[in-house]
Amino acid sequence: MDKYLMDTAALEPVAQIKIKTTNLDLFYGDFQALINVNMEIAANKITALIGPSGCGKSTLLRVFNRMNDLIEECQVTGTVLIDDQDIYLPGTDLIDLRKKVGMVFQRPNPFPLSIYENIVFGLKVHGLARKSELDYHVEQSLKEVMLWDKLKDKLHRNALSLTLEQQQRLCIARLLPVKPDIILMDEPCSSLDPVSTQRVEELMKVLKEEYTIVIVTHNMAQAARVSEEAGFMLLGQLVEFGRTSQIFTTPKDKRTEDYITGRYG
Amino acid sequence: MRHRIDPKIVEKVVFGFLLIVSMLILIPILWVFLITLKNGLSVITWDFLTTSPTMNAGGGIYPAIIGTLLLVVGTVIVSLPIGLGAAIYLSEYSAKNLLTRIIRIGIVSLAGIPSIVYGLFGFAFFVIFLGQFLPIDWRKSLLAGSLTLALMVLPVVITASREALEAVPEHFREVSLSLGATKWQTIRYAVLPHALPGILTGTILGIGRAAGETAPIIFIASAWLARLPNIGNYYIFSGFMALPTYLYSTFANVGKYIENPNTPYGIALVLMILVFIITLPAILIRAKLRRGRKW
Ligand SMILES: Nc1ncnc2c1ncn2[C@@H]1O[C@H](COP(=O)(O)OP(=O)(O)O)[C@@H](O)[C@H]1O
Ligand SMILES: [Mg+2]
Repeated sequence: MDKYLMDTAALEPVAQIKIKTTNLDLFYGDFQALINVNMEIAANKITALIGPSGCGKSTLLRVFNRMNDLIEECQVTGTVLIDDQDIYLPGTDLIDLRKKVGMVFQRPNPFPLSIYENIVFGLKVHGLARKSELDYHVEQSLKEVMLWDKLKDKLHRNALSLTLEQQQRLCIARLLPVKPDIILMDEPCSSLDPVSTQRVEELMKVLKEEYTIVIVTHNMAQAARVSEEAGFMLLGQLVEFGRTSQIFTTPKDKRTEDYITGRYG
Repeated sequence: MRHRIDPKIVEKVVFGFLLIVSMLILIPILWVFLITLKNGLSVITWDFLTTSPTMNAGGGIYPAIIGTLLLVVGTVIVSLPIGLGAAIYLSEYSAKNLLTRIIRIGIVSLAGIPSIVYGLFGFAFFVIFLGQFLPIDWRKSLLAGSLTLALMVLPVVITASREALEAVPEHFREVSLSLGATKWQTIRYAVLPHALPGILTGTILGIGRAAGETAPIIFIASAWLARLPNIGNYYIFSGFMALPTYLYSTFANVGKYIENPNTPYGIALVLMILVFIITLPAILIRAKLRRGRKW
């Protein structure tokens, strides 16, 4: 009996850890926005961060690509490992980090350029300019976000003429040519209608085969639908972190339970 | 019972008043233009535009037209890189510290200096002081004129450029940085292209205005020079004539020895048209920008 259990445990694939934070604290000046966050984010899964507005979800997300560095009095302590590399070590190459960790923002924010120019933006910045290569990446990226068939004849249209859903897909496509491993999404569907939201969620499920996805959402139904693991945050603390099904059915912490049953937020 | 005027009547009175005030603005503009046109048109002939002046303001104004055009080119070449550089520094790099404040105050002060003081400074510094190191013929030069004028328009160029840069939405920078671009790459690829129309418009309008100014170059431009800026021999070290200074010197001598009292009007008309042509691209870009802007 014991032996049997051990064998099945050994058969279950060990999730590879992509991001690991240890004793992570973050301060905006005197204000502590993240308090002792410890979490492990698995590769090729969708991990959701939920919690009421202002609890530090965006802040935590921006720790992973160090976009918080742009804020002058922002200070981070503790360790954040991505692929076992401490990304806050002095001498960390921010360019490589941010190529590896892409970000999709709350509002679709394509540049007021053509669809084509939007997708090749990252490549141009990083010095790749051969026309045939650019064409190749535009096609591949649009295919990955399932826009190619619709847009292949309109590549030189202004990206702002697209629907919001298409714009948000384009923003995802814009990340892909620089070859990220991780895609951070900060409430990516908050300006989309329910049907578009559902389609973008489908896209996420496809993308997770190749990328590790961390999504911030205030929409609990969305977290329940798309994510495999979820973290509930409150006032800068990661209150609970685990399998999404467990968080939503049998939360261990009273505060998590209050939140998901709608008592605040 | 409270006495109240019918709001509809108030509306009409206010509207009428605002309309009249707006019309009043048009009167001097039309007046200036019509007087210049009426007196100046008879002076303008093909010869007037294409030949050199003779004694007593006879002949044409060709060297002055070319001089003013070259002066504008020189001013752009000097002021645009410096002004744009300063604007990029102020808008994208500068921290909120004492140095930044001093630079900003400096720019505001620079804008407040009367143009004749620029003229005096330009003469004292570029012609006399720096001129010590040059052959005597090269001192009152196109270069000195351009540098003086550039100094004068610098606050305009910086302010216009800074406003254009700051009008580029913050999320352009964020997206670019999040894709792994450096700060400079972000400015180069995600900010400047979107600010450029605004930068050019502001710069051209500022310089177009400066092109018509007499005071800053009055001590440098030649009052009378029967030849072009001598491109062949001296390039930018050549002496030059310019339209506003020539206009001034002819007008100051009307009734003394100027043959045709309408000559200054002819010069003024040409100057107005020239400034209009110089600023036309800016006007067009601006119109296009208004229609095309979507963010
Ligand atoms: N740049 C900043 N400077 C100071 N405080 C900030 C800054 N950004 C966010 N905060 C604060 O940090 C807390 C967490 O913010 P945020 O991460 O945006 O929350 P969420 O995304 O969960 O709504 C909030 O109290 C917010 O006011
Ligand atoms: Mg947020």
